[in-house]
Amino acid sequence: MPARTEPVIHAEHLRKRYGSTVAVADVSLTVHRGEIVGVLGRNGAGKTTTVELLAGLRDRDGGTVSVLGLDPERDGAALRERVGLQLQESALPARITVREAVEEYACFYDHPADPEELLRDLDLLDKAGTRYADLSGGQKQRLSIALALVGDPEIAVLDELTTGLDPQARRDTWEVVERVRRRGVTVLLVTHFMEEAERLCDRVLLIDAGRVVAEGTPAEVAARVGAEQTLQLRPSAPVDPAVLTALPSVTAAQPGADGSLEVRGSGTVVQDVMVALAAAGVRADDVRLHRSTLEDAFVRLTGAGTGAPDPRTTTPVEA
Amino acid sequence: MSATSPRVLARVTAVETRLALRDPSNAFFAILFPAVLLAVLGLTMPWSRAPYSETDPLLGQISGITGYTPIVLTLAVGTVALSSYPVTVATYRGQGVLRRLSTTPLPPSRLLLAQILLNVGQLLVAAVLALAVGMLLVDVTAPERPGVVLAAFLLTATSAFGVGSLIAARAPTAGAATGIGMTTYFVSLFFAGVWLPLPIMPDIVQEIAAWTPLGAGSQAMLDGWLGVGVPTRELLVMAGWTVVLVPLAARVFRWR
Repeated sequence: MPARTEPVIHAEHLRKRYGSTVAVADVSLTVHRGEIVGVLGRNGAGKTTTVELLAGLRDRDGGTVSVLGLDPERDGAALRERVGLQLQESALPARITVREAVEEYACFYDHPADPEELLRDLDLLDKAGTRYADLSGGQKQRLSIALALVGDPEIAVLDELTTGLDPQARRDTWEVVERVRRRGVTVLLVTHFMEEAERLCDRVLLIDAGRVVAEGTPAEVAARVGAEQTLQLRPSAPVDPAVLTALPSVTAAQPGADGSLEVRGSGTVVQDVMVALAAAGVRADDVRLHRSTLEDAFVRLTGAGTGAPDPRTTTPVEA
Repeated sequence: MSATSPRVLARVTAVETRLALRDPSNAFFAILFPAVLLAVLGLTMPWSRAPYSETDPLLGQISGITGYTPIVLTLAVGTVALSSYPVTVATYRGQGVLRRLSTTPLPPSRLLLAQILLNVGQLLVAAVLALAVGMLLVDVTAPERPGVVLAAFLLTATSAFGVGSLIAARAPTAGAATGIGMTTYFVSLFFAGVWLPLPIMPDIVQEIAAWTPLGAGSQAMLDGWLGVGVPTRELLVMAGWTVVLVPLAARVFRWR
């Protein structure tokens, strides 16, 4: 578990506009050393701009930022020594080999990581002599992570890491991120894959239209849209729903046409239902539990779904 | 910080050189083109063995092909500095290679410098090759003052690379760099005397040419060939372009 030490990234009320378009209206965030923090949002929500402001790649219009105690706008050069970035829409020259790229990037830094070790860690050793243009999508992403880590950074910013990867490559990449954390690197992960955030992040930040609309652990953010759980099961003998609705943790119990039973509730609902069924001498088969996920929260809070959006989060942003 | 050390510049130059040599068409143009052009002109053009000028006694001392050699060298410099170099950097920009580099401590000037060093290196090889072929195959006579020719050649390259750097610093895509580069290229070649030898052009054109990098370069090299003294003004003009344009390009450089 991450130690709650001094924050390595602290930003308050960040603002950035491009012409008349407001990319970031009001984003505040704090990241502690050793954490993996996810920045979630739809395309165009302002995730990448937020990251670029934190890294000093763009100048902010307002707000304050401190990264490792430095101001990215003023101390950009010093910061680039200590923060590794993997950005969208970046590439390497088509004819450069994996090893050449990692070794070249290593020499830009005062205290680089060992290129050989990185290649091994990221499963790129057997591709070391391959040219960039001949790599698969997953290999390019792993190389991109290697380059973000080659300066032996204290913070790694990984933007849309697994976009465009097949499910297996995506899972492999997640493994890599977990290994990065074990190296003691703080990770800021920009993504729109909820599964990725649930799997990797200690905390997430939901951004919509340039504002933070929810923040917390993935479970906390998911609970924002209702802590209710839905339990589906097939009882070995008919059960009177009234027996279950009498339980304090159960809000509803509904028998299905095919003999199944759907029970909704919160808190200890799973345990309570199982105990009650056992007391009635009934066995529960095919048990399935659905709890509200980060995805539900995402859809609800960012107004990405078809349901009525929360007016507070979708008001046109004027900075 | 280590990113600004000469060791990093050497490394980036080495990598960029390897990448350039992996591109066959680039390698041909940069290294073989001037020699091939000189040989073809020398072997096929009837004027190549006639005196360079019927009227000017000084220019009449050298053959047509010898008089055209500084122009071929200028052409070689212009091709690389105004075409291949800015297009390479703009391609990097269009593909996101520069965006990737912008997250590292490497200053943009190092990438431009590495590209310039690599290209000037290639040009030197190309020039030596062109001279060897010219002298052995088509009777180009050796320059009277090789030192002046060498200095003029290097300054032609650095000043032309200053112009190319400005294009490289800003052009958003390879297409844009090609467009701007080629326009500049053809105008420069006019002033360098590629289309018509400078000595037969109107005075006003000669006067303007003397202030352009390739025009001054071509003239200074010819002076060195003839051994008519040190072309101070031309050398200073080219040095001026270099010290103004290269730092300016580094300053206005765009990563994206």
